[in-house]
Amino acid sequence: MDNALISRGLQRTSFTKFLLWILPWAGLLAVGLYAAYRCLAYGLNETNMDNRFAFGLWIYLDLTVIALGAGAFFTGFLLYILKLKELKSVINSAVVIGFICYSGAVAVLMVDVGQPLRAWFTFWHPNVHSMLTEVTFCITCYLTVLAIEYVPVILKHRSIRRIPSMLVFEFQLHKLMVVFAAIGTFLSFFHQGSLGGLYGVLIGRPFAFRPSLGIWPSTFFLFILSAAAVGPSFILLTTWLTSKLSRKTLVRPEVFRTLGKISGMLLIGYVLAKSIDTLIWINSTAPSLGFPAARFYQYPGFGTWVLITEIVVCGLIPALIFLQPTLRQKTAWLVTAAALACAGIALNRFVLTVQTLALPTLPFDPFMSYVPSWQETATFGAVLAYGVLLYSLSFRYLNLFPQERDLQPL
Amino acid sequence: MLACAVENNIPPAHAGTTDRTGLTWMRVHRIEQQGNDASTETVYLPLMCQQCDEHPPCESVCPQKAVEYDPETGIVAQIPVRCLGCRYCMTACPYHARYFNWWDPSWPAGMEKTLNPGVSTRMRGVVEKCNLCHGRLQEAREQAAASGTSVVAGETFVPACVEACPTRAIMIGDLADPGSEIARQIKTPGTFRLLEQLGTQPKVYYSSARQWVREQLQRTIASTRTEVVNG
Repeated sequence: MDNALISRGLQRTSFTKFLLWILPWAGLLAVGLYAAYRCLAYGLNETNMDNRFAFGLWIYLDLTVIALGAGAFFTGFLLYILKLKELKSVINSAVVIGFICYSGAVAVLMVDVGQPLRAWFTFWHPNVHSMLTEVTFCITCYLTVLAIEYVPVILKHRSIRRIPSMLVFEFQLHKLMVVFAAIGTFLSFFHQGSLGGLYGVLIGRPFAFRPSLGIWPSTFFLFILSAAAVGPSFILLTTWLTSKLSRKTLVRPEVFRTLGKISGMLLIGYVLAKSIDTLIWINSTAPSLGFPAARFYQYPGFGTWVLITEIVVCGLIPALIFLQPTLRQKTAWLVTAAALACAGIALNRFVLTVQTLALPTLPFDPFMSYVPSWQETATFGAVLAYGVLLYSLSFRYLNLFPQERDLQPL
Repeated sequence: MLACAVENNIPPAHAGTTDRTGLTWMRVHRIEQQGNDASTETVYLPLMCQQCDEHPPCESVCPQKAVEYDPETGIVAQIPVRCLGCRYCMTACPYHARYFNWWDPSWPAGMEKTLNPGVSTRMRGVVEKCNLCHGRLQEAREQAAASGTSVVAGETFVPACVEACPTRAIMIGDLADPGSEIARQIKTPGTFRLLEQLGTQPKVYYSSARQWVREQLQRTIASTRTEVVNG
């Protein structure tokens, strides 16, 4: 039915099957959009956030998807700046994933703030000392860069290539990609960092507060490193998942190994830096603020196992798997390690956003718990559904994996 | 708490409000101590914005300068009309003294006539907090300007909570004036500040002659859940 729209040389499932795949996601998106509408129309009393849990599921979602979306900038950086040509086979997919993650995060932020129509105030009255100002500026700019990077992927579509002016435009735009990759890398370093700084600067939250290295808290640098480390892992994971679901070989096995090796090298550096940071926090930062670190882990469900899972199970172990050449030969190990690394980053963002707010600061404060409302959960689901839908459409109609055509069985 | 709400045009709580979603610029916490003979000692602690000095944690985090620190008065002000409602300041405040308007404000028919004309009402989706009765300060400034004098905190400018407290348990004064009563008061034994070790330099001081009160309130974190008391 839509064969004329599918790239030449690529085989895609029947339109009916594709429709059956996207329908449930479209349903989830519709429910989520209704939930988001309720929050915008009736106010944030539709959520289970409160004066103590002023940030909830949505901020967690933002921090996590932006970390996972880091694969876009980092793959771009490796390909265009460091000339790692092998990654050309996943760059299109990485750009689409980056665009999905960032646009999803921005959309949720617009529902999360109490007065979305005042979003422009940050540009008009910016407080240059606020980490959130840095986040707002960089994410807005980077989303624009990602949109520009997405355009050539769309322009390569066979129906658009028929228009000569579009062909020229695509060619010219492609030549500029190195510039956008550089801008994207620069912006990404700052906003990944400032997302970490968001919590690291909170002197009133000794669980999250970290001393400054220069003008930024240590979490600024940890976030950059962790996002860069896990970005390639997420690209590996999504490429593998797409390959399984579509039953197609999309990239050569070496690409998985390269992505794994890059993730592993960065992850081991991150685990080391995170361990040093945690030790300094336990022995110096937290006690100097009058909060013995052990007290933070006395609450049910939030024991030291969280810290161990984050650093060892989802940090050190995947890093060692990635760095072991024999294990790297096996896709199953690579995928396991990538999934662990992604789970580790999600846990790290959860700890910083949710555990920080759950912990008491005043001596008569209780330990707080919070369960998101269905409206919050459905909005979260809408971002997931939007991501799956946009990626599915891009995979079906655009050429996300340039090696795919050559890897098809004759 | 009532005087504060009336003075600052805080709307009656919405039907769905919980103790975690209300607008209570001042919140009175009950602190208890079980004695050996099964008796219970109780004290009450009014908690409002602690007016942190120089670099209040909420001020530096606001992305659009909706929080302002006035170096002249030391008062940390909130500008609701500029607030985006991102609530970053609420996560930054260790005293949980900031409140979000989860609902549209509404007053029962006729009650809007009792609103204080000197204080703006706030809309849904913005953060607010104690500003030491900014409306009263403004009024005191106007009167002082008209009479060619200056504002004297505690005399010509008195916030609603200070005025309403029948036992004079709340005082206000000029901490920068070493000769003022408040400056003398904070030097008396038994005076302390909440979470002083964080370096937020709060300008709200508490005083208690009871040692257990000071010990409980200067401890940094609830050691066990059973010690937690309700607001």
